Amino acid sequence: MTTSAWMEIGLYLVVLLALVKPLGWYMARVYSGQPCAIDRIIGPFERLIYRLCGIRPETEMNWPTYAITMLVFNCLGVVAVYVLQRAQVWLPLNPQHLPEVSPDLAFNTAISFATNTNWQAYSGESALSYLTQMLGLTVQNFLSAACGMAVLVALIRGITRRMSETIGNFWVDVTRSTLYILIPLSLLLAVVLASQGVVQTFSPAIEVTLLESTTDAEGKSVTTQTIPMGPAASQIAIKQLGTNGGGFFGVNSAHPLENTTPLSNFLQALSILLIAAALCYTFGDMVGDLRQGWALLASMLLIFIPLLALCIWAEQAGNPRLTELGVDQSANDFQSGGNMEGKEVRFGVPASSLWATATTAASNGSVNAMHDSFTPLGGLVPLVMMQLGEVVFGGVGSGLYGMLIFAILSVFIAGLMVGRTPEFLGKKIEAYEMKMASLVVLIPPILVLGGTAIAVSLDVGRAGVSNPGPHGFSQILYALSSAGNNNGSAFAGLSVNTPFYNCLLGAAMLISRYWLMVPVLAIAGSLAKKKYTPPSAGTLPTHTPLFIVLLAGMVMLVGALTFVPALALGPVIEHLQLTATR
Amino acid sequence: MFQIIRTATILFSLLSFLTGIAYPIAVTVVAQLAFPWAANGSLIEPTNESTTASKHKNGRDWRGNSSESGLRVGSDVIGQPFSSPKYFWGRPSATAPVPCNGMAGSGSNQATTNPALVDAVRERVSKLQAEDPDNHALIPVDLVTASASGLDPHISEAAAIYQIARVARARQMEPSTVTKLVLTQLERPTWGILGQKRINVLRLNLALDANDRGTNEARK
Repeated sequence: MTTSAWMEIGLYLVVLLALVKPLGWYMARVYSGQPCAIDRIIGPFERLIYRLCGIRPETEMNWPTYAITMLVFNCLGVVAVYVLQRAQVWLPLNPQHLPEVSPDLAFNTAISFATNTNWQAYSGESALSYLTQMLGLTVQNFLSAACGMAVLVALIRGITRRMSETIGNFWVDVTRSTLYILIPLSLLLAVVLASQGVVQTFSPAIEVTLLESTTDAEGKSVTTQTIPMGPAASQIAIKQLGTNGGGFFGVNSAHPLENTTPLSNFLQALSILLIAAALCYTFGDMVGDLRQGWALLASMLLIFIPLLALCIWAEQAGNPRLTELGVDQSANDFQSGGNMEGKEVRFGVPASSLWATATTAASNGSVNAMHDSFTPLGGLVPLVMMQLGEVVFGGVGSGLYGMLIFAILSVFIAGLMVGRTPEFLGKKIEAYEMKMASLVVLIPPILVLGGTAIAVSLDVGRAGVSNPGPHGFSQILYALSSAGNNNGSAFAGLSVNTPFYNCLLGAAMLISRYWLMVPVLAIAGSLAKKKYTPPSAGTLPTHTPLFIVLLAGMVMLVGALTFVPALALGPVIEHLQLTATR
Repeated sequence: MFQIIRTATILFSLLSFLTGIAYPIAVTVVAQLAFPWAANGSLIEPTNESTTASKHKNGRDWRGNSSESGLRVGSDVIGQPFSSPKYFWGRPSATAPVPCNGMAGSGSNQATTNPALVDAVRERVSKLQAEDPDNHALIPVDLVTASASGLDPHISEAAAIYQIARVARARQMEPSTVTKLVLTQLERPTWGILGQKRINVLRLNLALDANDRGTNEARK
């Protein structure tokens, strides 16, 4: 790897960590209703919305009401996206005159965007009208992220409150997340992206001439090229910031009109982890002990950095089978080298590997390189990142509430070792919390492994595979890991726009989102009711290096125990096959 | 319950309007006013002298509308397919049914262990070598592997250097002149850190053609 590659990764981590405190502090003020810089502008809008909806912001909800409200609100999102796709042919802003989307694909896409997964079994430029992209998908990009943040804030309130029946007002949490955090950040990022060459227009696609004509598959001469257009920058900004990941174009952020320059790439990659990382600080601020937030962030980095290094190393090593053909894959002054199949020259191996690791650490799922063409170990990294349950950064809100569940699990297991009732931040952890936490930890692996087992044992499942050998198994495992953890990235060679995969993956996304959110809210409600237990000599402090390592170890251990056999059948065998030919 | 559904519906509609209509329109207005070229696909302005007046006027139209008098020569950020020895070739493109199909960007999604990938690379290697039999250098990897988007506008500096001899011969130019043109098109990492050194293939080929026209006119 070249020096500039190290500097690029280093700069990324430095800028990310430098933004954690200011943004985290700001979000803590937003959620605790304190004055913040822009409430003079946004406040009137916010109050107008409450008045029109008949929301009384000071009225709080208990956890079942909060959960039902959240589910009803999400249900509307699913219905809206479904209807827009089915009716787009009769609606305005469809300059390419695209037909309506098939029912199974529309179902899959609606679930996918409402659950913050943004799995895409279609290509945006050839399947969805501008109206569907804006009013359907962009809206869900905002609202699904806001829902994740709302549930996190409810859990934090559950931890901090004493003998309280309520955990906040869902309407207020969603509205404030959207108005104060997501819209301002997206506006800023979208404009910068447009300045870099990401398209933002309502004009139809444009035809240009080719400098040298070419021939199509049937040998006919082709002299023009069509350049797709659309309001892309606005959608891409929130796609990254809200850990959504659904591209405006089919190849996502590998598309030059979606991610044009190295700078646009840097900012998009930064946005993937930005809010998720900053929420750790918000958590520390809201529980009144900043060390708690930094400890969670440290645990995440402890897993993130080694896996990032593995991915870069594996990709930079290149493909040994190409070396034999007289291909130069070395990194030198004239090329960045490495495994360039499915990567873009402007990004090269370092920025592509960084993106792949970040997008799967967070449950973002956007790509700037094709993961399917990664080396076996390079592709193992994103696979593992998803299988860890999307808690290393994870989705905005959902990642941190997942990590807090692992923290509760960690104090419980540590408590078992010394024979004391476990406590987390002054709250006793008892049987009810552990039952709910177990659900949160166990449901995604059941979906991933169970779903993979179904898909590989049926002809309709195996029919989608495009690469021979163990990599074909990896393609299916990747699809289920992605849907079962609400990530949305893919080994994209797998043909998934079939009724079988649209339904199977749609169900997996649905379950892994809401069957996790509801138990998390149940824990929030249960913790809120408890009284404060002051720390004693037997309390495990949760801000020490010991706890940071314990927490990271717990995440890795649960992931490894669950997935090592499946990984051995896919990427591990493939790696041995690839190196054996040397 | 009815109350919840009612509130949810109104709030959903209001937030949909804000994030799905007002927000994209606001971004579009700002982008179109501040960065009209970049926000409209970075289309290359026709600059050569042979361009008719109407074409030139059309070239300035920020909407990029094209009349029959002539289309733009391409987008600065979207790759085009090249196979003639007198042009530099870009990254192989996996799009169908034509390479660099703008409406269907796609990678090959072939795994490193897929025999089809090895076959495809072998074929690209022999094609390059057949056009330039005296060149025994190792072939830069980006020149024989498909890009992620199928629309990658760039190649590495190494991939351009590899092709200089062939292009110079096909155009009966001095290799040093071609090298000079290549270097004028070299883009460096942003701030020396972000991204890779790279060359825009379409820009380079347009510069080659413009250079040819210049020499022809000088001869006249």
